[in-house]
Amino acid sequence: MTPLLDVQTLSKNYGQRIGCKDVSFDLYPGEVMGIVGESGSGKSTLLNCLAGHLEPDHGKVLFDTKTDGLKDTVTMSEPERRMLGRTDWAFVHQHARDGLRMSVSAGGNVGERLMAVGARHYGDIRAQATDWLGRVEIREDRIDDRPTAFSGGMQQRLQIARNLVTGPRLVFMDEPTGGLDVSVQARLLDMIRELVRDLGLSAIIVTHDLAVVRLLADRLMVMKDGHVVETGLTDQVLDDPQHSYSQLLVSSVLQV
Amino acid sequence: MSDYNFAYLDEQTKRMIRRAILKGLAIPGYQVPFASREMPMPYGWGTGGVQVTAACLTPDDTLKVIDQGADDTTNAVSIRRFFEKTAAVAVTQSTKRASVIQTRHRIPEEPLSEDQILVYQVPIPEPLRFLEPRETETRKMHALEEYGLMHVKLFEDISQHGQIATAYAYPVMVEGRYVMDPSPIPRFDNPKMEMAAIQLFGAGREQRIYAIPPYTQVVSLDFEDYPFEASKAEGACALCGADHTYLDEVIVDDDGGRMFVCSDTDYCESRRQAGHLGVEGTPYRKDAA
Repeated sequence: MTPLLDVQTLSKNYGQRIGCKDVSFDLYPGEVMGIVGESGSGKSTLLNCLAGHLEPDHGKVLFDTKTDGLKDTVTMSEPERRMLGRTDWAFVHQHARDGLRMSVSAGGNVGERLMAVGARHYGDIRAQATDWLGRVEIREDRIDDRPTAFSGGMQQRLQIARNLVTGPRLVFMDEPTGGLDVSVQARLLDMIRELVRDLGLSAIIVTHDLAVVRLLADRLMVMKDGHVVETGLTDQVLDDPQHSYSQLLVSSVLQV
Repeated sequence: MSDYNFAYLDEQTKRMIRRAILKGLAIPGYQVPFASREMPMPYGWGTGGVQVTAACLTPDDTLKVIDQGADDTTNAVSIRRFFEKTAAVAVTQSTKRASVIQTRHRIPEEPLSEDQILVYQVPIPEPLRFLEPRETETRKMHALEEYGLMHVKLFEDISQHGQIATAYAYPVMVEGRYVMDPSPIPRFDNPKMEMAAIQLFGAGREQRIYAIPPYTQVVSLDFEDYPFEASKAEGACALCGADHTYLDEVIVDDDGGRMFVCSDTDYCESRRQAGHLGVEGTPYRKDAA
């Protein structure tokens, strides 16, 4: 079985400082990978390199494209990479405002990716937008409202709908639940888990919230100072952490 | 003889602008950057159009300037006088007799021919401007033909108004490649852009020139179930009776009285000359104002 994503010795420096160093892993279809670590550990740098937002200094990111099989996204042409960005990939930002067009209605936000890949039938686009808003639990009568009129949780769900509408195979999520209160977080996580299972998506989730990866991720990668210090199945890493930093991370979680 | 160089700009500047025009014609719809000069008029009054006209004019040319279709509005009159003074070219109000026509917001009703040049004044050349604020990003989108965002605007129109409500500066696709802002002409004029004359667009403040060569394919963007429509006000011109021209609404009193008249004054006058008469028109007299 070919992996969906094959990352080989990926490194990114910011001048003298290390962003991330020698990261390698495989991701298989339908698998959810969590990346945890404290602030500044290189999680977001890694994610942005994988998603093509940053150019890594070294290493390969092989993605299983529909037409050509495994292909290095670092060296592929920009049009090709941007095409992947709006078809096979999705990127959910921590702040919904970064991923949404705030001056465009909810329907237009969801429809944008469809129109970007060539949909030109208003009725169809609107029907799909309505369908997706329903799937992320946004009422149909809010379709013409702008995201500025939405609550934080709704904005985040709208962002997810906007990303999933073109049926991507790989979703990058950067702290998808950051900044939301716990009950909204719980519902969002529930929804993401359902969507991931239903659609058979692969996902890479960056977070510092261990509860999030416990719920969503199959496998876990712990990062510190740009290096991966421990990898393994989620339950294994969280219940029996080997590396001293992982132990610290797990023991730092407050018990209610 | 005036003390100005022919057509105000110095020869080097005109060469620079002509190079930009030629590049624009070679890549229809592509916005060519050029070093726009300060002109003796404020930005927004047609500094781009004036520079393009200055670069195109020869002493044998006949110039016509229109503003919203009219030959006799402030903007049109002052630009016409500007070139009378600085280039001493012949000027006319007749669309047929002009070889260079500078326009703001309209395309003349009279079909243009192969020996004519139409110069548009453009306030904002970037059709994606209000959708994507980053210029670096819009340039990339043009380069990679990523025009889905343009349809988001039309999508928003339909979901808010039930129809495509964009009535002017209606985006077009030129020769199947570049999405272009046709300057704020009414969408009624969009189908006319596939014409025999050369069309040049000058944006002075934004420092861009773009062009459409003769007989180039110009398609207005739309949705399959909401096709493009070249709309105009219902009714006929009150002066010449034309029902196929773009009409201006004129308020005539304080009691809601109004009339529609052709926005193209030259076309309206030539129709009245030919004997057409609207409901409020009077027969044509040569000495009438």
